[in-house]
Amino acid sequence: MAKAAPIETRAAPAVAHAGVAVPGLIFGVLAALPAAAVLAPENYLLALGTRIMTFAIAAVALDLIVGYGALVSFGHAAFIGLGAYAVGILAAHGIGELLISLPSALVASVLFALATGAVSLRTRGVYFIMITLAFGQMIFFTASSLAPYGGDDGLTIASRNILLGLPIFKDPRVLYYLVFAALAGTFFLCRAIVGSRFGRVLCGAKENPTRMATLGFEVYRFQLVAYAISGALCGLAGFLLANANDFVSPAYMSWQRSGELIIMVLLGGIGTLYGAIIGAAAYLLIAEFLSQWTEYWQVIFGPFLVLVVLFGRGGLVGLFSQIARKRHA
Amino acid sequence: MSSLVSIQILNGLQLGVLLFLIAAGLTLVFGVMDFINLAHGVQYMLGAYLAVTFYGFTGSFLIALVLALVATLAFALALEVLVFRQLYARDHLDHVMATFGIILFVDQGVKLVWGAAPLSLPVPELFSGSVTMMGGLLYPVWRLVIIGSGLAVAVGLYVLVGHMRVGMLVRAGATNAPLVSALGINISRLFMLVFGFGAMLAGFAGVMIAPILSVEPGMGDAILILAFVVIVIGGIGSIRGAFVAALMIGLVDTLGRSFAVDVLRLFMGPSPARTVGPALASMLIYVLMAVVLTLRPAGLFPAAGR
Amino acid sequence: MPEPVLRLEHLRKSFGGLLVIDDLSLEVAPGELHAIIGPNGAGKTTLINQISGLISPDAGRVVFGGRDITALPAHARAAAGLARSFQVTSILPGFSALENVALAVQARSGSSLRMFGRAAEEEELNAPALAALGEVGLGPRADLPAAQLSHGEKRALELAIALAMAPKLLLLDEPMAGTGREETARLVELLRGIKGRFPMVLVEHDMTAVFALADRISVLIYGRVLASGTPQEVRADPKVAAAYLGDEME
Repeated sequence: MAKAAPIETRAAPAVAHAGVAVPGLIFGVLAALPAAAVLAPENYLLALGTRIMTFAIAAVALDLIVGYGALVSFGHAAFIGLGAYAVGILAAHGIGELLISLPSALVASVLFALATGAVSLRTRGVYFIMITLAFGQMIFFTASSLAPYGGDDGLTIASRNILLGLPIFKDPRVLYYLVFAALAGTFFLCRAIVGSRFGRVLCGAKENPTRMATLGFEVYRFQLVAYAISGALCGLAGFLLANANDFVSPAYMSWQRSGELIIMVLLGGIGTLYGAIIGAAAYLLIAEFLSQWTEYWQVIFGPFLVLVVLFGRGGLVGLFSQIARKRHA
Repeated sequence: MSSLVSIQILNGLQLGVLLFLIAAGLTLVFGVMDFINLAHGVQYMLGAYLAVTFYGFTGSFLIALVLALVATLAFALALEVLVFRQLYARDHLDHVMATFGIILFVDQGVKLVWGAAPLSLPVPELFSGSVTMMGGLLYPVWRLVIIGSGLAVAVGLYVLVGHMRVGMLVRAGATNAPLVSALGINISRLFMLVFGFGAMLAGFAGVMIAPILSVEPGMGDAILILAFVVIVIGGIGSIRGAFVAALMIGLVDTLGRSFAVDVLRLFMGPSPARTVGPALASMLIYVLMAVVLTLRPAGLFPAAGR
Repeated sequence: MPEPVLRLEHLRKSFGGLLVIDDLSLEVAPGELHAIIGPNGAGKTTLINQISGLISPDAGRVVFGGRDITALPAHARAAAGLARSFQVTSILPGFSALENVALAVQARSGSSLRMFGRAAEEEELNAPALAALGEVGLGPRADLPAAQLSHGEKRALELAIALAMAPKLLLLDEPMAGTGREETARLVELLRGIKGRFPMVLVEHDMTAVFALADRISVLIYGRVLASGTPQEVRADPKVAAAYLGDEME
């Protein structure tokens, strides 16, 4: 009898090898992109690719708790903002050392995640969505009022982080590969978590929290840890974003950004982790190309999202697996 | 000083009443159909834009109001039939994504049709004056009209939902939709009714506020968040909760913004007060929501059965 | 008289205006299978929920192994050795039968905060899980998603999960609910086989099963214990016959 697929690939009802083939393809394409970058002017493709991968890190982090924990956070952009502002604020004080900025970004995110998660995780369903939104808004307004750090207008970062004297983020190609490494690390980390004992408890809590409690698991604690990990990874994304954009502003953490993150995960297909990467890429690429075509691209993109919801169960990953299944049948 | 406070209290009531009009539809739709409608804010915005256009055609505020309500209703029903109806049975996440797409579409669509520049609607002649409040300050009549009409709607809803047959059906549907359907009630028509009515209330709010605020793309977004905070604090599915929470939030937000800096100056110097004050004021309602949810995870007046 | 495994002291629970559990006291001796019977609405499931910690009583105490657990949350009680099955099947439908049981094993074998290593491949978890599945006759169905099991198989899975917890006390809330005659007979045999391994509280409607398995029976009517004793004592008790058993015994 065929062994039931382990949790992390079961969510994609795809061809059995999807769990290896799809990520392999994704990372293959991403790794090869810089070679093709010469086709476009002025590092355009490199910058675009870097941006996609940065948001993909955040999307994967969100998929960890949404897809595997059923914790829909509508305030996740706050963590991106925290990571970015850590870089910005330290830079404003003349501190550009990566070994200070990166841990600061991560610590800020983890602390905020633990503090807000401790409160939010006592709620369920839409109340959880709303309270995470509230916390996100709080950080947003705090950042907007930080007059010494740009307030509403944001803060320009004079120079990117350096590692012990080395300006590692300066060259766009090197930056690209560093972000690539971060994305790969994030993806494989989340994948390991999902397949581990911890991941099993998280997924079990998603399906039946009462059952999990009566087995002896304190669900709240596991969810809090997952939420903190997810927040930290988003903080990493924020750290990279600040370095890539040389700029940080409260707009990084508006509720619309949080909404976009959720859309990226949904568009790709929740509960697969690589779906989040695909979703981030699809969202940003479509937005990029549509916006070059017309100023009013959202008039097309909006209905597109609606159609995906109505007809594309399981997002793009679900769509592809349906096609693959039909071809194998 | 006290007249300043009473002015702000009235402003707070006005905001509260406005929030109630928007939140009422939102909480009903959520309570009855378990549907998260992020696109509710665009109904409010469309109400305002349509009123501006119809006023341009007719020159009469009243006719513009009626036409705007009709058009808002038509748009809402179209959305319900074409999109939302297929999604009631789906996950909340699907609701979020679909309605997010609608927001993008309408926010940009409005820019396409009416342009990005803010528009305005004049206050109707009859109500365009001001009354003298105690302390000699003037208060616009129109704001009093908004408060009055909002309270009238609240009373009307109370009678409708609490004492009339259709209201009973709505309340039953909020507690147990399949059961109501099994009793022979056409549940999809009930849903359409709830949805359309809620959208009209939001549109009405948009028309009423248009003479005071500028009508611009994206005006629904900020108010949408506030409306969600209202229904979460009030308790999802509860009109009474929405009313209480809306007034509470209207007052807290308005008074907070007006007096935060002054209050903080009692504890810290004027300069830090001016930095921290506005930020704290903006956060106040979210802090309130977090506190309420910590003490009452289902809101103040959760509809029975939740 | 040895310390009872479970002692319920003057429990009381109201829902709104309705008094469901009314001054209920009960004792479960070590090693015994204690059945709780009573008409629908007598408060049996509410009682199980209060013992397992999903509901807290308005008054009274729950003492487990000499320790007052009244204030302890459900997960802490489970970790202390209190296992339960549910009247309405409560499993993890997206997980395989094996994974459902392995999770129960995982709950009592070391830290679950471990984030590395593939849980699905841990022999330490799978071996006891397979053993438990084998005991309930689900061995060959181990790799099926739990949602695909038949109703009777799901009830057996509930039992396997409880067994895998190596409990100090097992609460069974109507394990035969909705099962046909053959399945019921199988479950009775199963329970007879594990009797004595650890004490059990069995809530059931099926009188044949109850009288076949119980060491002692408590009869619950309107939230209080009407009679408590050996099956013979309960059967002979005129109060019980009048209030309840008269209709049930054929």
